[in-house]
Amino acid sequence: MEAAPEARRIDVAGALRDAGVTGLIAFGLFLPLIGFETVTNIRDELILTTRWPLLLALLVVIAGGRFAYSVAVAPWLARRAERPKPATSAWQRHIRQWLVPFAIGFVVVYPIGVIAIVGFGGALRWVDNFGIQILIYVMLGWGLNIVVGLAGLLDLGYVAFYAVGAYSYALLAKNFGLSFWILLPLAGILSSFWGILLGFPVLRLRGDYLAIVTLAFGEIIRLILINWVALTNGYAGIIGIPRPTFFGIPFTADDNGFAAVFGLQFSPVYRVIFLYYVILALALLTCFVTMRLRRLPIGRAWEALREDQIACRSLGINTTNTKLTAFAMGAMFAGFAGSFFAARQAFISPESFTFIESATVLSIVVLGGMGSQIGVAIAAVAMIGGTEILRQLNFLKEIFGQTFDPTQYRMLLFGLAMVLIMIWRPRGLISTRDPSVYLKERKTIGADLVAEGRG
Amino acid sequence: MGYFVQQLINGVTLGSIYGLIAIGYTMVFGIIGMVNFAHGDVFMASAFIALIAFLILTSWLGIGSIALALFIVLIVAMLFTSLINWAIERIAYRPLRGSFRLAPLISAIGMSIFLSNFVQVTQGPRNKSIPPMVQGEFVLSKSHGFPVTLSYKQLVIWGVTAVLLLAFWYLVAKTRLGRAQRACEQDQKMAALVGVDVDRTISMTFVIAAALAAVAGTMYLMYYGVVDFADGFVPGVKAFTAAVLGGIGSLPGAVVGGILIGLIETLWSAYFSIDYKDVAAFSVLAITLIFLPQGLFGRPDVEKV
Repeated sequence: MEAAPEARRIDVAGALRDAGVTGLIAFGLFLPLIGFETVTNIRDELILTTRWPLLLALLVVIAGGRFAYSVAVAPWLARRAERPKPATSAWQRHIRQWLVPFAIGFVVVYPIGVIAIVGFGGALRWVDNFGIQILIYVMLGWGLNIVVGLAGLLDLGYVAFYAVGAYSYALLAKNFGLSFWILLPLAGILSSFWGILLGFPVLRLRGDYLAIVTLAFGEIIRLILINWVALTNGYAGIIGIPRPTFFGIPFTADDNGFAAVFGLQFSPVYRVIFLYYVILALALLTCFVTMRLRRLPIGRAWEALREDQIACRSLGINTTNTKLTAFAMGAMFAGFAGSFFAARQAFISPESFTFIESATVLSIVVLGGMGSQIGVAIAAVAMIGGTEILRQLNFLKEIFGQTFDPTQYRMLLFGLAMVLIMIWRPRGLISTRDPSVYLKERKTIGADLVAEGRG
Repeated sequence: MGYFVQQLINGVTLGSIYGLIAIGYTMVFGIIGMVNFAHGDVFMASAFIALIAFLILTSWLGIGSIALALFIVLIVAMLFTSLINWAIERIAYRPLRGSFRLAPLISAIGMSIFLSNFVQVTQGPRNKSIPPMVQGEFVLSKSHGFPVTLSYKQLVIWGVTAVLLLAFWYLVAKTRLGRAQRACEQDQKMAALVGVDVDRTISMTFVIAAALAAVAGTMYLMYYGVVDFADGFVPGVKAFTAAVLGGIGSLPGAVVGGILIGLIETLWSAYFSIDYKDVAAFSVLAITLIFLPQGLFGRPDVEKV
């Protein structure tokens, strides 16, 4: 312990020098884009304005942060690293054991709890913006988890299948008047068909190349949706998509509506709550099917494929079929989610299916820890809930002035979070995963022991 | 015929810009084996830096000579963009070296989202247009009813691209840094053992890639006169396509691929459908990767167990 009292002493001069260098680099980085702003004036000319106070404030924060890090945080981290790691305590094991049942119970009673707390008026926003929005992404995350987490195929065009599901529902429901419950499985089938169609040519590719080609396919589908105006109405999108009904009873204010039939006061909240339980059921179905598939030979083949494709092939597994089923399964769940999305919004346009959506879903899967179901759910809650909370932060306007709009910073923070979490925990927030197949006893393996994504 | 020649001229011009960006993809992929997803957004940021530098020079300092202004803008954009890419490599990629294979790609996607939104937040979501910097053109032929023209700005782009490619070729083929780079491409551990500073070489690769992207950004701004924060994604994917088409890891391949992509895009727009020009470029990417994964000039990837 008394080995190095010299090293313990905080090197203030060094820290100051570091802070200075960091500040200088930051000055160079931010000078053009923050120091100057290009503004269009009244005569429609581009002029420059300066923002020196903002630049200065940012530099002070960055240099100060660097100084604080070298003086306070780094020594603290070093001290902590020396201490032995505490073993998993009893309450941590309890949390692991009870987390899943508690989480399921919580999401089931969530709408009722919200109504009990904020009443009918405020419940709409909480159930719709937080509940349904997050659950759609949980479902998409679990669907993509089959492709990325289990089969190890990096798919950057997942949103294409989501779009196929949404447009299938929208077009078939509008033009042929088919109901939501018939079109839901149909949209899933159509999406998985597209999954096979797009999956087939790219099977020979691996890793990064596969990622980029799926990205290209996703963009191609979006561009076709934009340009095939006769079918999709282009940028304007499709409006007036029929809403789902409660076993044939619509959620409208008239006499045949849900509220009138059940003798209730009309409120839009009923439909939202109904939609909430539909997406909850769909999401849980996705999770359940995935868990069961993992125990089937096909699921084991997926995981084997992820670990080592060559070994997989030499054991006699048909890698083509294995990859295609993974693509098709993942696409099917995206199709379900897409048709639900179209039914919930009653309006879709190509704007909803940009690359950013694919990146969001992929980052949820990766941040949650690939292959971990609960991790994906937690990541979806954190990422989507976090960005939704940002929408609600109106008090920041009081601090930074009326022109300040926190939603502008949504994607900025999102991108930053992706980078930082990759650096901090490259294996995802929940970085352990139970093996589906085990010898003698079930052990939790650290994800750092598993070579992922070599397929 | 005149129409066709005109499209060829336009296509080669666009292709030079793609080629300059493609070199960045190909170099980074060659040395650390990752697709630098943020490279397209680095290109976009460089166009903004060039825009700001141009405005400072013309409206504040009142520099009358366009050639001098363009030269200074080019240097300034190269410097600042290099710094940005250097910082990106230090912050987002270096800590992930040796991590699992998808980690740098995810980090790069995050960086790409961050960069485009950073520019949106700091410079506003509207697109920025400037009056044309370089005006005038040569009329090459007036026969057959369709005049074929070669504008001065196209000539500038060809000239700047050619000069920079020569300089760049010299750098990679003849200098110590170029040798170190090629050594790191082959085997980083071995290169480190014989005294090559691997970290520094990789940093320099990012700096060079950014400098070339900045040239492309300045040329893009000069050619189109308009730029907005979302302009990084599509040119980025097209330049990546160019790199793949030429054979990823191959520098002449990137340039040839860039010009091919530029030609395919302009000819497709001219003769088929301008709405589907991006679809054409993306399809080329998919078709190349499926049928010719090693590209035109690349070596086949041998799978080792």
